[in-house]
Amino acid sequence: MKDNTILRIATKTMIPFIIVFGLYVIFHGDLSPGGGFQGGVIIASAFILYGLVWGGDEMRRILPRWLSDTLVAVGVLMYAGTGMFCLLSGYRFLDYSAISPRNNPGGDVWGMNIVEYGVGFTVSMVMITIYNEISEGTVPEPGEKT
Amino acid sequence: MDFAGHYNFWIAILLMMIGLYPVMARTNLVKRIIGLSLFQTGIFLLYISMGKIYGGTAPVHNDGVPLLPDGSRNPGLITNSIPTALILTGIVVSVSTLAVALAIIVCIKRAYGTIEMDDIEKAENGDPQ
Amino acid sequence: MLDFFLINIILLAMVTATAIAAAHVRNLLAATMLMSIYSFLMAMVWTNMDSMDVAFTEAAVGAGISTILILGALLHVGTEEKPTKGIHWPALLVVVATAALLLYGTLDMPRFGQKDTPAQLNPVSISYIKQDCPRVADWNGHHEGEVVYGKGDYYHGHAPNFVTPVIVSYRGFDTMFETTVIFIAGMSMILFLRRRRKPA
Repeated sequence: MKDNTILRIATKTMIPFIIVFGLYVIFHGDLSPGGGFQGGVIIASAFILYGLVWGGDEMRRILPRWLSDTLVAVGVLMYAGTGMFCLLSGYRFLDYSAISPRNNPGGDVWGMNIVEYGVGFTVSMVMITIYNEISEGTVPEPGEKT
Repeated sequence: MDFAGHYNFWIAILLMMIGLYPVMARTNLVKRIIGLSLFQTGIFLLYISMGKIYGGTAPVHNDGVPLLPDGSRNPGLITNSIPTALILTGIVVSVSTLAVALAIIVCIKRAYGTIEMDDIEKAENGDPQ
Repeated sequence: MLDFFLINIILLAMVTATAIAAAHVRNLLAATMLMSIYSFLMAMVWTNMDSMDVAFTEAAVGAGISTILILGALLHVGTEEKPTKGIHWPALLVVVATAALLLYGTLDMPRFGQKDTPAQLNPVSISYIKQDCPRVADWNGHHEGEVVYGKGDYYHGHAPNFVTPVIVSYRGFDTMFETTVIFIAGMSMILFLRRRRKPA
């Protein structure tokens, strides 16, 4: 599909805007409808669009399997890690007032945002992984090029 | 039998039953999964219908006052946000279940060569194990 | 209220027609495309009911990812279904019995769209909305003399979007385990489908 001029130029133009919009939706999760899940799926769709037009091998060249596998776990760690940080500071699990003890409701801002970023990481990388595995589920031998 | 008061719930139940029939009656595994997905979306319609208020606005406020659709800023009625939050989790879990189910179906195809239930049962029963 | 009712009925009629078509058609590729249309129409139904987050998620996840997923699976398994031999009577019986029971159950439910139902008046919803935005009137239209947040006071722990604090702070455990469920879905795709290429 990468020989088709219209597809190539249109996707090259659209992909940055899709990624920026996805980041906007994640960052403004508590100001407007949106949040981690929706923004994560939008970012994943930008990568999947690249993979559809240029081929799965090209997409795995820019986002290798080890990176997407690691970021899937990093997202869940960010979420549970915030909870553990609150627990180890002497408050309850996921009680965000541990993040800024002096300004009592202010810790909610930091807590909600960090947690949404974690969710965004996990959701986007899992969607990319699902697309990778279901469209061609093979792993090359160690001697082969990816 | 109050039509105007309950029609949304009845349409939700109709959608659920349209989805439930392929799960039990069809033999193709992918058709069954599609029916399950229809069923789940019908359940979500049932829930979200409970949170709706006529004349309400979306659950987003601005400067402490909800913005009504005509641009005025009187405090008013807000559609309840708690069913929305519960169904958000439900939608994401339903797509995760769809992903795992399809992975298992692809593995079944690789093992048996077919995804029709009666052919799989014949292969299972006729096989002298 | 009449414009809401009209849009709702038209959209739900289209949704029902698409659902019947998706369940009936034999070519699985056509069923997948009908599921995508179904998800998109449901996103519009949610928007009509003022549930923005659900509409956003359904459009992104249902009409986007779920379609790609089923198409990718159809690549491996083939797209035609075996023809069925008429109606499956036990399944139809079960479906009719379940529908009758559920319809009997909804006769007791409060009317759709009224503001004095238990879903709106329970103390959890009211205290939640009051905590997030104290100037919202309670459901009978009375204003109470409570603390009023000023213009710059967004971030004293209260976010303008009512739904995000519910899922992240009030129901934070649910969202954490939901993220774990997505993680498990990703892991199971890797475990089931990733394999070494057979030597040529």
